[in-house]
Amino acid sequence: SPWVSLAYLVAGVFFILALRGLSSPETSRDGNRFGMIGMGIAVITTLITHDIANIVEIIAAIAIGGVAGFVIARKIKMTDMPQLVAAFHSLVGLAAVLVALAAWLNPEAFGILDATGQILAVSRVEMGLGVAIGAITFSGSVIAFLKLNGNMSGSPIMLPGRHVINLGVLAAILGMIAVYTVSPEGGPGEGWLFLAITVLAFIIGFLLIIPIGGADMPVVVSMLNSYSGWAAAAMGFTLSNTAMIITGALVGSSGAILSYIMCKAMNRSFISVIAGGFGAESGGG
Amino acid sequence: MDFISILSIFVMACFVGYYVVWSVTPALHTPLMAVTNAISSVIIVGALIASAEAGSAIAKYLGLLAVVFASVNIFGGFAVTERMLAMYKKKERK
Repeated sequence: SPWVSLAYLVAGVFFILALRGLSSPETSRDGNRFGMIGMGIAVITTLITHDIANIVEIIAAIAIGGVAGFVIARKIKMTDMPQLVAAFHSLVGLAAVLVALAAWLNPEAFGILDATGQILAVSRVEMGLGVAIGAITFSGSVIAFLKLNGNMSGSPIMLPGRHVINLGVLAAILGMIAVYTVSPEGGPGEGWLFLAITVLAFIIGFLLIIPIGGADMPVVVSMLNSYSGWAAAAMGFTLSNTAMIITGALVGSSGAILSYIMCKAMNRSFISVIAGGFGAESGGG
Repeated sequence: MDFISILSIFVMACFVGYYVVWSVTPALHTPLMAVTNAISSVIIVGALIASAEAGSAIAKYLGLLAVVFASVNIFGGFAVTERMLAMYKKKERK
C-alpha cells in the first residue's frame, strides 16, 4: 500500500533532519529528538503492516535490548563514550549479519524467490554484500572497542604483507559472492558459500582495523558507522524497503564524509588512516 | 517497486547524506557520530520482518536476536547523544 512507503519516507525525512540538526549547536538537541521520532515511525510502521506470528516475543526483545541500552548509556563514564559508541556499533553489524542469515534461511518470508523457487540473483548479490559488510562492521568495531578501552594495545599491529593479504581476502569475498549468485539452489557448496562469505568477512574486518593506531580510532569508528549504513542499505534492497535504503545511504555517505572531515581536522591523510598504516609515522597511538 | 526506482532513491539519499554534514562544527563531531550510530539501527526494520515470520524457527530466532541488538543500539545511541549534548550545552553557558 502507498501509505507504508509514505510512512517510511517520513521516517527518512526525520533522519535527514536529525543529521542536519546535529551539524550546529543551536539545533543539535532538536536533531536528536527528530532521530527518535524517525525511528519510532519506522518501527511502528513495520509492526502494524506485517502479519506477526508472535507479538509478545517481539515486544520482549525490544524491551530487553532497550532497557539494557538505556541503562548502559546512562551509567557509563563520559570518558568512556568513544568505546561505547564502538561497542554499540558492533551490535549494528551483528544485527545486519543476523538479518541476512534469516533472509537466507527463510527467503520466502522476504519475498525474494523467483518463479522456480530459487532466490533471485539480484537478491543474492544484495544479501552477500549485506552479510559481508555487516560482518566487517562487527569484527572491526570489536577491535576498535578493545583498542579504545585499553584491552588491546593502541599501537598499530603491522602484519608483513598486510596489503596483499587484505586485497586477497577482499577479492576472495567478492569472488565468492559472484559464485554464490550463479549457483543453483541446493547445488554444490551453495549453502556453505554463504557461510564462508560471512566467516571471511569477519576475518577481513579484524585484519583491516588491527594496523590502525589508537589515535586514529575516532576516524575508524566513524568509518565503521558508514559501513553499517551500507549494510542496512544492502538489506533494504533485498527487502525493497525504502526506510532501510534511504537511511542506510544517508548513514553510509554522511559517515564517510564525517571521517574525512575528522581526518582533515587532525591533519591526517584519509587514505592512510583507512588503509591502515601507510607510511612510517602513521598510527602514532 | 522495480530496481531502478529503488536505485534512484538510494542514489539521491547518498547525495543528501553527503551534503548534510559538511558544515558540522568540530565540537559536534562525536555527538554527530553517536546519532548516526543510533540511526543506523534502522536495520531493526529488517530484524522485525525476520522475526515476524513463523516459517522457519531458526530464522525467527535470529531475527529476534537482531531485534535485541538493534534495540540496545537505538535506546543506548539516542541516550548517549542526549548526554553528550547536555554536556556541550553546559560548556557553552560558562
